Amino acid sequence: MNSLQRNKKLLGTPYFIWCAFFIIIPLGMVFYYGLTDRNGSLTFENIAAITQPEHIKGLFLALGLSFLSTIICILLSYPLAMILSAMKVSTKSFVVFIFILPMWMNFLLRTMAWQTLLEKTGVINSVLTFLNLPVLKIINTPSAIVLGMVYNFLPFMVLPLYNCISKIDENVINAARDLGANSIKVFTRIILPLSVPGIISGITMVFIPALTTFVISKLLGGSKILLIGNIIEEEFTQASNWNLGSGLSIVLMIFIIISIIITNIFDKGGESNFL
Amino acid sequence: MSKKLIDLQNISKSYDGQLVLDDLNLYIKENEFITLLGPSGCGKTTTLRIIGGFETPEKGSVIFDGEDITHLPPYKRQLNTVFQKYALFPHMNIKENIAFGLKIKGKTQSYISDKIKYALKLVNLDGYENRMPDSLSGGQQQRIAIARAIVNEPKVLLLDEPLGALDLKLRQDMQYELIRLKNELGITFIYVTHDQEEALTMSDTIVVMNQGYIQQIGSPEKIYNEPENAFVADFIGDSNIIRSTMVRDKLVNILGVDFECVDTGFGNNKPVDVVIRPEDVILTECNTDNMQGRIQGVVSHLIFKGVHYEMEVQANGFEWLVHSTSFFPVGTLVSIDVDPFNIQIMNKPEFEDEEALKIDE
Repeated sequence: MNSLQRNKKLLGTPYFIWCAFFIIIPLGMVFYYGLTDRNGSLTFENIAAITQPEHIKGLFLALGLSFLSTIICILLSYPLAMILSAMKVSTKSFVVFIFILPMWMNFLLRTMAWQTLLEKTGVINSVLTFLNLPVLKIINTPSAIVLGMVYNFLPFMVLPLYNCISKIDENVINAARDLGANSIKVFTRIILPLSVPGIISGITMVFIPALTTFVISKLLGGSKILLIGNIIEEEFTQASNWNLGSGLSIVLMIFIIISIIITNIFDKGGESNFL
Repeated sequence: MSKKLIDLQNISKSYDGQLVLDDLNLYIKENEFITLLGPSGCGKTTTLRIIGGFETPEKGSVIFDGEDITHLPPYKRQLNTVFQKYALFPHMNIKENIAFGLKIKGKTQSYISDKIKYALKLVNLDGYENRMPDSLSGGQQQRIAIARAIVNEPKVLLLDEPLGALDLKLRQDMQYELIRLKNELGITFIYVTHDQEEALTMSDTIVVMNQGYIQQIGSPEKIYNEPENAFVADFIGDSNIIRSTMVRDKLVNILGVDFECVDTGFGNNKPVDVVIRPEDVILTECNTDNMQGRIQGVVSHLIFKGVHYEMEVQANGFEWLVHSTSFFPVGTLVSIDVDPFNIQIMNKPEFEDEEALKIDE
């Protein structure tokens, strides 16, 4: 190894330190707490606790709602990303700017804004009442949580998709048309397969934060709907049972790893390999 | 052989208010290797895209085999395109790339695999079925792109600067390859390029274009030896273009000296442009008892080019470009002569904007 290569490796040092202190050590602590009881002796009880009815319900509800939100995000983002990539550069950057503008505001604030909008006597219902229309009753329901998830995570689906679709060579599409493919076949055989890496990144960036969220469900779901994220949060903050919280976190991590493996199976090219 | 296969009638097309093609008329015969040649922005690619169906002309119509296809989408046309940057489908292997068009047409599996074998053999790439496009070199990718197009048995193959991204040696090899393919397939090739050498090597017919207008249509020999205007003369090969006066039929005054020529019908004492190819200029060394040349000049530059010397000769206020196998050192007093049949007379453009504009490359 010559000195240049050694120096290049040295440049990585700050990241390795960061990585050790804020990723590896906390992860180790999660595993330590998760696999021990309050007295510090080894146990699998915290992990097995997932089978308790309220825990398993929270987990499946979280999986279900995140899955639904991810699907809605894909369905909303795909047409948008296609329209975006067909736009002129100047319009395109403006629309992308508009799109990411809300992200400059705090995530909590945005979600609280939805709370105000959706409340029984909130903005939307006041307008509906004024117009003599039936009021919305979605606050504190799973629908409100899905709405919050879609709203918050939509840009994370649009941007990778847009990035991926706009990179498709126009001549590749022309070649397909030239070889006899109509618009539908161009989409199913060329654009869709070539945008798989974007879909995969989008899913990873929407599904995982949605699965682990506790803020959205807390603010828009009231305290009645408990997702696995809320249960874990309560174990740490209210019940002060770090062991159980860590155990459930490990279970959640396993589910995240499984979801990444599943999505990567569809991504033959491996461009967005997260593992 | 001489049947009109494609007929472009009064085609006009503009982008953002800028006219790219202006009332273009062109027909293409069956089994012809026709090349659209011109500098970038001359409208040659737009013409090809209109034939391929990727652009719709604002005015005029495209007749294919007696049928108006102006508004037919590309996937319904009986022609296939080979794109400049190959445009292979990156997510499919070579086999799947070539099979794409056939699968869409619903051909049987055995027909498709026979065709793939045949096409890969034709482009000398058998055994590459399962490779991915990005594992092939540029030349190989281009040959796959050709294979992908020809398995569909198009009546016409459109080639949009297909060799543009290849290096010189490969480009020359591919030129012969394309001529061979054309002869084996017996179909019409429409080829777009800005490389005049490529056009001269491969074509049956060359269409020289500039600024949306056709400048000249003809065989490579005709285009090279008898350019119709200064643009064509300048674009195809090196040339000396000299403003001269046609004294009368078969006599032209070049730089104050009368030369015999073979052209007639330009009128008497009319301004014309004269084209003399550098290899047609005859140089002899001047000395006191040898003054047989018409114009005397001095060699001002000399470059050895391998096959010949390239010289610049200052004579009668004009810088002559001369290719000669004889060596005349810089400073030599030389006399210039040109054989009558090597003097090509061209009409001067009548309007300023018609004047063959400078090549922008």
